[in-house]
Amino acid sequence: MNNIQEKPDLTEVERIIAKYNGKDSWLVMILQDIQEAYNYLPEPTLELVAEKLNIPLSRVHSVATFYSSLSLQERGRHVIRVCDGTACHLKGFVNLRDEIERQTGLTEGQTTPDKRFSFEVVACLGACAIAPVMSVGNDYHGEMSAEKIKDVLSKYK
Amino acid sequence: MPKLGTINELTAYAQELKAQCDPSKPCVTVCGGTGCRANHGLEVASMFEKLLKEKGVCDDIDVRTTGCHGFCAQGPLVVLVPKGVLYVSVKPTDVEEIITSSVQADEIIERLTYRLPGTKKRIAKEEEIPFYANQKRLVFAGSTKMDPTRIEDYIAVGGYSSFRKVLSGVEPEEIIDWVEKSGLRGRGGGGFQTGRKWRSCRKSQAATKYVICNGDEGDPGAFIDRSIMEGNPHSVLEGMAIGAYAIGSNHGYIYVRLEYPLAIENLQIAIEQAREHGLLGDNILGTDFSFDILISRGAGAFVCGESTALMASIEGFVGEPRAKHIHTTEKGLFGMPTNLNNVETWANIPLIIEKGWQWFAGIGSKNSKGTKVFSVVGKVRNTGLVEVPMGITLREIIYDICGGVPDNRKFKGVQTGGPSGGCLPEEKLDLQVDFDCLTEAGSMMGSGGMIVMDDRSCMVEVARYFTEFLTRESCGKCTACREGVMQMLEILDRMTTGKAEMSDIDLLEEVCLYVKENSICGLGKSAPNPTLSSLKYFRDEYLEHIEHKRCRAGICRDLTTFIISDDKCKACGKCIKSCPVEAITGQKKVTHVIDYDACISCGVCREVCPFDAVDTK
Ligand SMILES: Cc1cc2nc3c(=O)[nH]c(=O)nc-3n(C[C@H](O)[C@H](O)[C@H](O)COP(=O)(O)O)c2cc1C
Ligand code: FES
Repeated sequence: MNNIQEKPDLTEVERIIAKYNGKDSWLVMILQDIQEAYNYLPEPTLELVAEKLNIPLSRVHSVATFYSSLSLQERGRHVIRVCDGTACHLKGFVNLRDEIERQTGLTEGQTTPDKRFSFEVVACLGACAIAPVMSVGNDYHGEMSAEKIKDVLSKYK
Repeated sequence: MPKLGTINELTAYAQELKAQCDPSKPCVTVCGGTGCRANHGLEVASMFEKLLKEKGVCDDIDVRTTGCHGFCAQGPLVVLVPKGVLYVSVKPTDVEEIITSSVQADEIIERLTYRLPGTKKRIAKEEEIPFYANQKRLVFAGSTKMDPTRIEDYIAVGGYSSFRKVLSGVEPEEIIDWVEKSGLRGRGGGGFQTGRKWRSCRKSQAATKYVICNGDEGDPGAFIDRSIMEGNPHSVLEGMAIGAYAIGSNHGYIYVRLEYPLAIENLQIAIEQAREHGLLGDNILGTDFSFDILISRGAGAFVCGESTALMASIEGFVGEPRAKHIHTTEKGLFGMPTNLNNVETWANIPLIIEKGWQWFAGIGSKNSKGTKVFSVVGKVRNTGLVEVPMGITLREIIYDICGGVPDNRKFKGVQTGGPSGGCLPEEKLDLQVDFDCLTEAGSMMGSGGMIVMDDRSCMVEVARYFTEFLTRESCGKCTACREGVMQMLEILDRMTTGKAEMSDIDLLEEVCLYVKENSICGLGKSAPNPTLSSLKYFRDEYLEHIEHKRCRAGICRDLTTFIISDDKCKACGKCIKSCPVEAITGQKKVTHVIDYDACISCGVCREVCPFDAVDTK
């Protein structure tokens, strides 16, 4: 289940681990930073983390799979997150989700073959006052409707 | 700024900053909260800066990007100080006119003022708008006036004076007395007495103790803690420093969810500034008290808001809760005595120290003191953040402050307490909002999310929604929660798809009670609340789903058939254009018709119809 052909350059992982003084209590943050740098968590990075922090690989794996923001699969250049928090749910989440699925051909958790988009459903983006909300990358789009989806997505190449 | 070496130096510095503030100097404050940012609020702020510079008046007029004002639905917000004029939905293109007409001259730009919903009346003064006039802003008072990235702003309005007060020689025991007598209860959901928790942690003997701020705010629909962390991060740091001093701790953590990047950024800036000023670190202000704070980021797990799971997460493990036979105040983070409080709880501490416990105990209801911030969202006119004294009624919040239900729809219920809380019906609108009254009515305070529902919200589907959320978030450690909540979901799924039988209601109740009794942590123990409360107050909707296979709200697709009314349809074509499956046909002057073979009952046509012509059969 290796997503990458060659072994990735792991110097960045070493740098990240050093930033946290190699302490295993920062494991969750270390993995977040690795994901930020590598887009996801390639297997060799996990092995190196286990080795450097001197902890079992199984612990690294259990953490990497427990937290929903961590991904073992390569993700698209733009991550679409549709909010299914309570406010957004009441204000039309289902129709937004269906429209995004129609537009991108993705279902929750998938990535387009050209790696343009990944699609996630999340619980509450914390912008409930402008529900329903979706975000693409770091941009929030509030007061959405199914009709606006096409326009919003076209901005991200 | 040099490091402040003594308590007197802080006093002098505060006076100096205060003297520099000229309250009569014009200042344009632009809300930089997440809601306004999403509506291009920052572009408005930079336009102000650019144009003031071009006009050569940037020394005479200040621009300040502040924390969230709470009136999010009207954003981006601009407030002109000292006039107190509020402009709503401001666009970058409005900025030129605002400067020339309203800042440099004294005119009011009518079109940018707030209009009272359902009337033609416009209100220019912020303080006269019912949304603000009926609130009591204490915890939130600072956010709208300060730039959260400037510690100077915080100190100038009296920030860190409570910390200074306790360091000047108040005994730790006395601080705990004050907090206890103030009646402050934790804002993270459970409503535990804060003073009592502090005392038991102080009593625990250990070389190292921890204080933690819980900024995980996992309840969907709540964004209170987010706005405090973003808008007034120093108030949280000050509260934690005071708590650490009282408890005898030198190490603090703030656990913030990853979904709150701006909160993380502003907290990080605040911590660095506090360190530079000598307000965090070793021998603070020349005393022998040392204290520092680190940020730990959550990674997307609702259960990590629970105290023991949160600590496991900080330690670098999977966020699984443990049974609390031993309190975390004895054995918590890294096995050491730990005091964990919610963001809003911490933010209340400086106020209590500054104004006195008597003052605080004078606000609120019998057993719930002080104010509470609610995020009122859903089917309500003024969505946003509302701070009110405990004990005010639901009706006052939803109608007087938030303007009631929009679009001439009917109020159906309000959900409080998130996935651990419940739905309350119209009959409960006069219920007092405090810890005890909400719990008695079968709901919960939770972290302060208040989601208003109208007659187009289906209570069975809402119960299903929360239950599905909880199946995803259950960590799986105990069987009652892992399997039980799954069974609840299966039954609710049957109900919302028309496959349920009458006996399913009893079965559902039985499973709910089982999960409630047998789960290890609060997630499972409270997981049945949304379902049980709606079974209690909205039973007829459940019966209708089962017996008549009908969803009166028109939400459950399998039980809904939409029809376009011949009388009301004006053949405008809107529904035809927006139907995602092209199931509607019609032309000008001809009533539009739904083709039921193609229709998926999504309800988009009902949403877009300006004439209310689409309804359920
Ligand atoms: C499943 C679950 C989720 C929770 N989520 C949060 C949360 O997001 N924020 C919070 O402050 N407390 C949360 N709590 C409550 C905490 O466990 C804890 O009681 C609280 O943070 C203590 O702070 P307080 O005494 O100031 O309220 C949660 C509890 C449970 C059982
Ligand atoms: S419910 Fe969607 S942002 Fe909170």
